[in-house]
Amino acid sequence: MTTLTQAVRSTTTPGEKPRRASRLRTETKRALPAFYWMVWPAVIAFAAFHTVPVLVGIFFSFTNYAGYGEWNFVGLSNYLNLFRDDRALQAYGFSFLIAIVATVLTNVISLAIALGLHSKIVAKNFWRGVYFVPYVIAILVIGYVFQFFFSNSLPKILSGVPLFADNILANPDWAWTAIVVLTVWQACAFAIIIYLAGLQTIPSELYEASAIDGATGWRQFRSITFPLIGAFFTINVVLSLKSFLQVFDQIISLTNGGPGTSTESVTLLIYRGGFTGGEFAYQTANAVIFFIVITVVSLFQFRVLQRREADF
Amino acid sequence: MTTTTTTLAQAEEVVPDAPERRRSRAGRGADSDDTRRTNWWATALIAVCSLTILIPLYLAVAVSLKTPDQLVTGTGFELPDPIRWENFAEAWERTSFPQALMNTAFITVGSVVFTLLTSSIVAYAIARNLHRPFFKGVFFYLLAALFIPFPIIMLPLVKQTSLLGLDNQAGMILLYTIYGLSLNIFIYTAYIRSIPIELEEAARVDGASTWRVFWQVIFPLLGPMNATVGILTCVWAWNDFIMPLVVLTDPAARTLPLAQYVFQGQFNTDYTVAFASYLMAMAPLLIVYVFSQRWVISGVTRGSIK
Repeated sequence: MTTLTQAVRSTTTPGEKPRRASRLRTETKRALPAFYWMVWPAVIAFAAFHTVPVLVGIFFSFTNYAGYGEWNFVGLSNYLNLFRDDRALQAYGFSFLIAIVATVLTNVISLAIALGLHSKIVAKNFWRGVYFVPYVIAILVIGYVFQFFFSNSLPKILSGVPLFADNILANPDWAWTAIVVLTVWQACAFAIIIYLAGLQTIPSELYEASAIDGATGWRQFRSITFPLIGAFFTINVVLSLKSFLQVFDQIISLTNGGPGTSTESVTLLIYRGGFTGGEFAYQTANAVIFFIVITVVSLFQFRVLQRREADF
Repeated sequence: MTTTTTTLAQAEEVVPDAPERRRSRAGRGADSDDTRRTNWWATALIAVCSLTILIPLYLAVAVSLKTPDQLVTGTGFELPDPIRWENFAEAWERTSFPQALMNTAFITVGSVVFTLLTSSIVAYAIARNLHRPFFKGVFFYLLAALFIPFPIIMLPLVKQTSLLGLDNQAGMILLYTIYGLSLNIFIYTAYIRSIPIELEEAARVDGASTWRVFWQVIFPLLGPMNATVGILTCVWAWNDFIMPLVVLTDPAARTLPLAQYVFQGQFNTDYTVAFASYLMAMAPLLIVYVFSQRWVISGVTRGSIK
């Protein structure tokens, strides 16, 4: 039993290489053939259905292919046109607006609720279960319920407030707020669980010690809780922003991109232009740009947030 | 062989599984080792905030039980009176609910089964050979795909699936299995590397092949990770909208979310029937969740915390 526990420990420590190298079987250069047989089919399937579409997309982004018929190479003109396309620029602006506002709200709200759930409350597991419910519901389906709420219930309940009285979803300037509400409602479920797991890693002795030093409430949160769940904060922020930039289901169910194109996100634009607008090549170019944008944003966030973590 | 089984039994206790332990503690005795006083303010706040989760669900139920003219006069939140159960029967017919349910269930079950079988094998091969350049390369190749969002491959993928005749349920299963690989291998690999290699060597000394070692020694130990990967895949495949929307072409292959989308497009003001249909689409997963709530939450937590 003890040896086994030691074995577990030594496999999980970083310095495992020398131990492994001393082993007879694994010392040989090549792995057993069975290991290759286990990996190759997956690699081939993955390349065929993931890497090939990526490469095909990049290839067609340099053509004028409409999705059918003949095509020719057009060089970089798709990319150049994108930067002059008001509809595309608006879609990027809109996606970033949604993503940033929803990321801030999701993280603030879920951190607050996670703190509440982590304190000693009655029926803790029940409440935790309630807050996780949105995770198992399809955004599209609950989105239609929200759509009814915004377009039919709210105008009657708040008939005195002009903004809500005539259906916020039909308002080009404010429809985005409804999309944020639905996005945050759904995303909080997952974020709360992550933060809750983070809070459980903080030893309670730290709070006791700081209480003796006279720290309470906000001070404890700022100096103990938040720094110690830094990694969880990073993960949540990066994941939320990345998925919110691709917002799609929410828009389909609430506004369908309208009124006009005022709530059209990049994903919706790629979908519409590519499948029904005869802009296959043009929208693949858009997709390539979108990929670069998302990657840059994610890496930038990791750098900034991780540096913050290290500061503490 | 007896040696293998005894070591196995011991290892089951040894393999580190911190979240599991934490969960069971939280389940049984969180309150007994938590000496803090009950925080009534927090309880009240949490209860009030949870209304934001429950109100939309209540609205869905209330509207689905009303007659259309109750909606004309009210806000939707009033209790339905009289209750109109026919909404459900009508929704059942008009969205061809049984067919959509069968499609979704088939795709979900197929994806979960194939994902569990394939991801774990690939992860095992990678985890045991991570010091070899080839396997390390494969690991990072698959991991890099996590950065590539679906809209990027959407347009070419649709051409490809229709060309290969995969624009159907079987194609969806294949795609979920393949696209899940990146995250699942990430989840499995870390766990497999924490399983002591001595267990395998004992079996090998007894003459077991690598495949046999995997199926008889490693796979049975992957229980918690299988649960995590299974839950994540299940929720994803059941609720996904954009992939069925672009890949599936035959109306008979429609999944539940897709059926709601089509129904909404055709009868967009028929709210009472539509809401009955939404409820039926949400119900299966919600019911499963209600009964396995703790297990689902701990599974998802395990998948995201490293």
